[in-house]
Amino acid sequence: MASQTFRSIKEVPLEEYFTPGHRACQGCAEAIAVRHVLKAAGRDVIVVNATGCLEVVSTPYPYTAWAVPWYHVAFENTAAVASGIESALKVLRRKRLVADKKIHVVCFAGDGGTADIGFQALSGALERGHDFLYVCLDNEAYMNTGIQRSSSTPYGAWTTTSPPGKVKPAGQMTYKKDLPSIFAAHGIPYVATATVSYPLDLINKAKKGLDVEGPAYLHIYTPCPPGWRIPSEKVIQVSRLGVQTGMFLIYEAEKGHLRLTVKPSRRKPVAEYLKMQGRFRHLSDEDVEKIQRFVDERCAKFGLPPLEAST
Amino acid sequence: MKLGKRISIECSHAASLAVKLANVDVVAAYPITPQTHIIERLAEYVANGELDAEYVNVESEHSALSACIGASAVGARVYTSTAGQGLALMHEMLFIASGNRLPIVMGVANRSLSPNLNIWGDQSDMMASRDCGWIQIYAENAQEIFDHTLQAFKIAEDERVLLPVAVCFDGFHVTHVIEPLITLDQEEVDRFLPKHRRAIYRLTPDQPSTWGPVASPDVQTELKVQNEWALNSSKDVILEVWREFSDLFDRRYTPLEVYRVEDADAAILILGGFAGTARIAVDKMREEGKKIGLIKLRLYRPFPMQEAKDVLSKVKAVAVVDRAISAGGLGGPVYGDVRNVLYDVERRPAVLSFIAGLGGRDITVKDFMKIGERALEAADKGRSGPVVNFIQVRM
Repeated sequence: MASQTFRSIKEVPLEEYFTPGHRACQGCAEAIAVRHVLKAAGRDVIVVNATGCLEVVSTPYPYTAWAVPWYHVAFENTAAVASGIESALKVLRRKRLVADKKIHVVCFAGDGGTADIGFQALSGALERGHDFLYVCLDNEAYMNTGIQRSSSTPYGAWTTTSPPGKVKPAGQMTYKKDLPSIFAAHGIPYVATATVSYPLDLINKAKKGLDVEGPAYLHIYTPCPPGWRIPSEKVIQVSRLGVQTGMFLIYEAEKGHLRLTVKPSRRKPVAEYLKMQGRFRHLSDEDVEKIQRFVDERCAKFGLPPLEAST
Repeated sequence: MKLGKRISIECSHAASLAVKLANVDVVAAYPITPQTHIIERLAEYVANGELDAEYVNVESEHSALSACIGASAVGARVYTSTAGQGLALMHEMLFIASGNRLPIVMGVANRSLSPNLNIWGDQSDMMASRDCGWIQIYAENAQEIFDHTLQAFKIAEDERVLLPVAVCFDGFHVTHVIEPLITLDQEEVDRFLPKHRRAIYRLTPDQPSTWGPVASPDVQTELKVQNEWALNSSKDVILEVWREFSDLFDRRYTPLEVYRVEDADAAILILGGFAGTARIAVDKMREEGKKIGLIKLRLYRPFPMQEAKDVLSKVKAVAVVDRAISAGGLGGPVYGDVRNVLYDVERRPAVLSFIAGLGGRDITVKDFMKIGERALEAADKGRSGPVVNFIQVRM
């Protein structure tokens, strides 16, 4: 299906479906991302939300920040619940038991809810081909329970369960699981990555993911002030540096065709990104180099320019 | 009844047939023995166009019930079935289905829980989940599976109820047996059950609502208690639906079914398929002049407290036969419930706990006669004896 994308931020609808008054931290990138995705989705949507920060900050009973139908069932089964919703809407529409209009189904889950506990349910739902948009809000750890490592936590990050110590000086000793590639390997029609410092790119990807027939996976990097040990006002800057250093690769894969949508003309060293965040403060120069090499290799695969000669 | 409606059918397929006649919108299921025949037949119905439904081949039982929860929340009529480990994997979702007041119907082909891997029948699966807030009905044979499954949709979707219903039946001993069934045609079913679910509360963009929020200590108690009230008060609707079914089709169901209890000194109490064997044992003992009867517990949750008191206060002893262990020395789970109910009855009988039929072991007529003898002994002496009797253990 041809997708009408927004050409400038001025074209983006003014309506708010994730409304003010929620209890997210100042600067919370998840809240920004959700607000943008819902603008792309519009009114005719049903949201399924995994357990996590987003659910907790937005629905302290009897309050809600959601101006659209919203359902939280549990942590690990967001994609399975969405499968049921999508299937039901399809058959109820066929039987003329609901209005004859397209209702989008959007999932929001964190990196823990996607990379770890919700992985199986999502893989199953993608394989079955349900028509829904799954949004992973990746803040690179279990932030809701107080900053514990997930399989999406990057190498070298401090968390409460990957603390740097004498035996494990780097903190998190493993590399981040590459979720977009894994879900792209399911052969679904649309996979994309985005981050909050490029809002138009993010909104348009959400829109494409919604418009495409079949499952779409949108991975959004969402810096977390308390978890990443950054000041609230630096969230957008960190998000932007993530892209400029090549830590976050911002691309989309339509029917298997991959294209970088935000391509920094000059790439900055990862040290600039790392030094802004308290979670990396313990890293040795060797560790920083190790991360740089890892990022360089990935960037080369994606056709990004090599690192600038000097900083 | 017209004879043409009498068919022979595998009990599993009696469930599938009822689900088809109930015109469900969504089936989400995962294969597990001894339940699989139910969902295989449903897949055939959908593939052949005999049932217009979305069939979701989920990747686990946890996702099966999760998908049912999602589908039910937007207003669909929904069915799934499972057994043993599958039910255990669903455990977390069972509470959410009832807590969110979703009228899902599920068939449970009762199976033993691991370890050790045992695909055969006992009731340890559902008993481990008995506090999940679902209506739980135990069926004995093809006819009861068929009737209770149809009734389950009507009960669950009633605006005064809005709770999920589990229709339970023994794995293999019931599921895999071919039995006679007096079936109903579509027209008859449509007279009993509305063709479609009328969902007054559902997730829809036309009226946005927030489901499954965070509840603080300040409100959780009230929310939980409302669920308990809903389950307890569902009994009146269950009885009403059973009455209506009986008026239309002449098959009558009660929470407890009694057999030769009127003048009995003692009774055997059991749920599910082995009631059939127990009935034979009762007849044999009656021939010998022994005053024994049988009580089959059909409605397990909500527990029919008054009915149980009324029936049980007529006998001097009751032997409860559980196909599950309530771990920790308290005997079987149903035994515990029965003792609980009887505590404040003035003329209460002695209550004996027998655990038998674990992991698919037969409970024979002889076993039931032995149990009956022990119950009569207790009636005579007015004492229950040891808390729990594992009568089939070879050690």
